[in-house]
Amino acid sequence: MSRHPTASQSVAGSHGTAPRVGVLALQGDFREHLRVLNSLGADAVPVRRPEEIDDIDGLVIPGGESSVMDKLSRAFGLAEPLRSAISGGLPVYGTCAGLIMLADGVLDAIAGQQTLGGLSISVRRNAFGNQLDSFETDLSVPALGDPPVHAVFIRAPVVESVGEGVTVLAQLDDARVVAVESRNLLGTAFHPEVTGDMRFHEYFLDKVRASR
Amino acid sequence: MSTLETPSQTGRTEHGSSRVKRGLAEMLKGGVIMDVVNAEQAKIAEEAGAVAVMALERVPADIRSQGGVARMSDPDLIDGIIGAVSIPVMAKARIGHFVEAQVLQVLGVDYIDESEVLSPADYVNHIDKWKFQVPFVCGATNLGEALRRINEGAAMIRSKGEAGTGDVSEATKHIRKIKSEIAHLSSMSKDELYVAAKELQAPYDLVVEIAETGTLPVVLFTAGGVATPADAAMMMQLGADGVFVGSGIFKSGNPAERAAAIVKATTFFDDPTVVAEVSRGLGEAMVGINVSDVAAPHRLAERGW
Repeated sequence: MSRHPTASQSVAGSHGTAPRVGVLALQGDFREHLRVLNSLGADAVPVRRPEEIDDIDGLVIPGGESSVMDKLSRAFGLAEPLRSAISGGLPVYGTCAGLIMLADGVLDAIAGQQTLGGLSISVRRNAFGNQLDSFETDLSVPALGDPPVHAVFIRAPVVESVGEGVTVLAQLDDARVVAVESRNLLGTAFHPEVTGDMRFHEYFLDKVRASR
Repeated sequence: MSTLETPSQTGRTEHGSSRVKRGLAEMLKGGVIMDVVNAEQAKIAEEAGAVAVMALERVPADIRSQGGVARMSDPDLIDGIIGAVSIPVMAKARIGHFVEAQVLQVLGVDYIDESEVLSPADYVNHIDKWKFQVPFVCGATNLGEALRRINEGAAMIRSKGEAGTGDVSEATKHIRKIKSEIAHLSSMSKDELYVAAKELQAPYDLVVEIAETGTLPVVLFTAGGVATPADAAMMMQLGADGVFVGSGIFKSGNPAERAAAIVKATTFFDDPTVVAEVSRGLGEAMVGINVSDVAAPHRLAERGW
């Protein structure tokens, strides 16, 4: 199941090898992230087991249902190793449910829901309401320049408060925060993996390369 | 109920687009959607790791045994379920019953299942699903049926199986059929696709798209007869994006544990060691009935066309 580098990639040489980026594959749209990362030249691999995070240079936590990812990551022994990796500086990018997993605090969580944490923020689950309130829009993201990012919000969270060391990358017109970063961590309330705009993934891969 | 007052960004904000409708199904992939008939069951499902719940008045096994006309649930019941959980809530409307669908949209459900499990309200037309802002999932027994539903605006497809039996054989048949018809289209030369579209009774443009991409343009779950972790894992190995479990959970001896086990088996569908581990000590599975013992007129999968 785990996709190891193909022979041709392994032969590519020790310098300039593609960064190996895991995508948490417990539930959600992990295949979309794998596709985007591979198309950007990364060696993207699904991650479902503790031993699979040993040799990755970065991790993406996809969109999906955060309460399910939380349960499965604890049931299969991934949560603790991931927390250590995050505090040890592993670059991690979370989209939507992934952003919730990276938040230190969650509002409107289900009973007993935990996160991996690392980002000094609190997020509110389903902040816009039900699916009828899901939407797509153009979002100005100064760190990525022009044109605006076309962002898809699906029963999305928002960042309600931001702690020390966290930079806001994007806000809606009403000032609600929907993209943040902090050292090795990056989070968006929306899903760049479903739009074909790969700039957030490129931005994240720059972080991964810089940390190697 | 659903106001459109979410933030507008430079006037280009769009609700209810195909991307937004299909997008929610993308986020449910690799997950288990569970039938529930009240708020308590919905809580149990959420705690067990359901990715969404399907609200309905009676599970298919009871509809089958009690008979009578099966309709959309009471709005109070749906409100109660929406209020009890924070995961997405789906609800069923009868085939062709566009007013039940209008009601469900007003109630604020996250997905409508235009379902053969309920009694059809129209034996000719399905609902024109493009007219709605809420997304729809529809059942299909083969590729042509799936493409007709997508052409009508379905944002997600589930293979039908035979609901309320606990017999997975029809679910197997339908997912295999859809997958093999897609593979067959991919192998055809372009000039053969005109006849293929005619034979599938499906729109030519969609047939060409499937032939080129080798996949449906929407997420494909499977349903109808899944009762054990191994059933769910088999559906995933056969290429489903996720699994609906109806009567299989709350008609079993230990719903909470069985539900959690099916969730784990769906994620680790390709690892028999995990499937074996989670299958231990679950108590009685739903008793079920063999599909071959169900007389053809009583087979739900034959509703919808």
